[in-house]
Amino acid sequence: MDLIAARNLQALSLGFHIILVCFGVAFPVFVLIMEGLHLRTRDDLYRRIARRWAKAMAILFAVGVVSGTILSFELGILWPEFMRQYGDVFGFAFALEGTAFFVEAIFMAIYVLGWDRLSERTHFLSGLPIPIAGLFGSLFVISVNGWMNNPVGFDQVNGVVSNIRPLAVLFNDFFWHQFVHMILAAFMVAGFMTASVYAVAMLRGRRDRFARVAMIVPLTIAALVTPVQLVVGDWAARTVANEQPIKLAAIEGLGQTQSNAPWHLFGWYSDGEVQGGLAIPNMLSILAYHDPNAIVQGLDSVPDSDRPDKINVVRMAFQTMIIIGSGLALLSTVHLWVWWRRRRIISGKWFLMAVGAAGPASIVALESGWITTEVGRQPWIVYNYMRTSDAVTTATGIPVAWIVLGVVYLGLMFGVIWALRRLAHSPEEPPGGPTGSGDA
Amino acid sequence: MYEVLTVFAAVLLVAGLTLYAVLGGADFGTGVWDLTAGRGSRAARTRSLLHSSMGPVWEANHVWLIFTLVVFWTSFPEAFASVMSTMYIPLFLAAIGIILRGSSYAFRPLARGTWFEWPTAVAFGIASIMTPFFLGTIIGGIAGGHVPPGNAAGNAVSAWWNATGVMVGVMAVVTGAYLAAIFTMADAERRNERDLRNAFRIRALVSGVLVGLVAIATLPVLRADAPWLFDRLLKGPGLIGVIVSFALGGVTLWLIWGMRTSLIRWTGAGAVAAIAVGWALAQYPYLLPTSLSVQDAAAPSATLWALVGAAVVFVAVVVPSLVFLFRLQLSGKLAHALPPAERDGADV
Repeated sequence: MDLIAARNLQALSLGFHIILVCFGVAFPVFVLIMEGLHLRTRDDLYRRIARRWAKAMAILFAVGVVSGTILSFELGILWPEFMRQYGDVFGFAFALEGTAFFVEAIFMAIYVLGWDRLSERTHFLSGLPIPIAGLFGSLFVISVNGWMNNPVGFDQVNGVVSNIRPLAVLFNDFFWHQFVHMILAAFMVAGFMTASVYAVAMLRGRRDRFARVAMIVPLTIAALVTPVQLVVGDWAARTVANEQPIKLAAIEGLGQTQSNAPWHLFGWYSDGEVQGGLAIPNMLSILAYHDPNAIVQGLDSVPDSDRPDKINVVRMAFQTMIIIGSGLALLSTVHLWVWWRRRRIISGKWFLMAVGAAGPASIVALESGWITTEVGRQPWIVYNYMRTSDAVTTATGIPVAWIVLGVVYLGLMFGVIWALRRLAHSPEEPPGGPTGSGDA
Repeated sequence: MYEVLTVFAAVLLVAGLTLYAVLGGADFGTGVWDLTAGRGSRAARTRSLLHSSMGPVWEANHVWLIFTLVVFWTSFPEAFASVMSTMYIPLFLAAIGIILRGSSYAFRPLARGTWFEWPTAVAFGIASIMTPFFLGTIIGGIAGGHVPPGNAAGNAVSAWWNATGVMVGVMAVVTGAYLAAIFTMADAERRNERDLRNAFRIRALVSGVLVGLVAIATLPVLRADAPWLFDRLLKGPGLIGVIVSFALGGVTLWLIWGMRTSLIRWTGAGAVAAIAVGWALAQYPYLLPTSLSVQDAAAPSATLWALVGAAVVFVAVVVPSLVFLFRLQLSGKLAHALPPAERDGADV
């Protein structure tokens, strides 16, 4: 049995796919905003940006379709007992997700190939279903992940599942905060990442209007979203404290149940407590219950076998997310403040460098947040119902698959970066009239 | 009532698989013709037509696979877990094929004229063959009764690497090539590109005959390797599918020969669909012959009712969207122009 290899393989595939999901959900909105601005103002610049971005959107979508298909394979290949036992409990959500995905794929094709071939109005309208479908698609997937954290909507007696209530499954207690958290993260990642590309270009001396507009619009959207994300993060932390106290304990490395629980910045968890680091008194109690005196459940409240196996991974992932999130919030505030009060865009070297770093940093924060929730749920695949070790396949050879897929995904990542860079340096399509070459 | 629901779920599963075999299969076939198009300006025209014909429906065609998987695990979780865990080797190889294919397809327009052109072209072609082949071996392995219920309970290799599995795998590859040739020929006719229509007519005839020959060769293999399936397919409920498939296949060849292209998309697709339905009828009531039946494997009725609800949403939302897409596609609204035709012999 290759539990670690199976977990790594799943983590690799999900970690890759989740980045593309962000672009699948948020990027079409950016493209449509640009096209909408063109239709309103007739300023050709917006059309040029929309067109350029639509090509990038198509590439990222095509790769996302692929990595999403792999995930549906892996659910069965790696976790057959999980699927056998609970496939019919949450499957309904995936059936709806498949529907949304279908709509997304259909209109993606129409929109991307329809430039200059459909009327302007029809073309714009054909793009609208894309982000809506993307939103619904991620809603249903998040719903299943929420259910794994908060399994409700079924009865289980002696290992037999009965009385499945699909709507209760769909709208479990973890669904709402996870969904909002993920969607905002998608806008942050796509926004900061896109802005970052143009910030770097401007640092290299490109100072045309195209680059400025293409940086400012996504940056502003991400900046508007980021402060909201802090509030949603707080909501998520409190729900986790109530429903998954052991995950919260792992986030801090809180060995013993206590009131006035502190939170450590940095440090290392070993022997039931955090060694070193900067302790902030009462912070964990405040984080979890908005009350410095609140009692927070520690890892010692459950047997060792029921605790996450990698406490320090959870701790570091959570802290990385918090630190980057705070940094992005600061950047957002500065940008929005200057724009609001002074009516101007900062274009200094330091600011551009910060924006350039914000893109990759937002991806790191995204992955960290996801690692926090997934590793923090261990040893359970379905919280308190099924252990990951009981769900895994009995087939051998999973480590081989993990290494091969690792190499393939590395190649794929380079391919995506190569293609996007090449796209950035390729000539723009002239307005009007289909061209002779194939479209991406 | 519950029995009706289970049959409904099984019908959805077969429908998804059939649509994937036809639409996804044709996509894979496009890769075969792309790989074998050769070099020069004529090959460039051929490739351009292939991509113009398939591009708009490309992503949607592959969502049928996800549709099928989702219906499978929602309705028949135990069978899904058994198939996926036993068949992990061909599934993994197909997955690699899907990654290479999807990504090389996305990168190719940008790779044109760079060092990256050749690797993406080769990856695309090879993946277009290996993906349907390995998916086909899985179907062959299931139909041949090699997947027992349980966590990776079947033999990891012999469950699919057996005579029936390999024949179905080969069948999947040639069927896709055949469908792609038909669809592209019809598209060339619509666009009034005579040279390409003729070129794909030859391809359609050759691959059509090949499909027939492979189908005939499969029969003695099935008889020796999977006698239960053979009996059910040729002496039982599956026979109707086999007959319809051969009949439609013959009609399609005749239409292609006479260059009457208006109906060939439908008759060609019908021939492939008929054999898929025939296989399903032959297997019924078994999902995993002969150890797990549809009724025994089916999810509880609440789940199946939810699936009915999802199906209603699907019909209300996806079907009109698909119709819209296919109408745009079949009327050429999303097509791009081809490089100009040159006289034969003028190829560089």
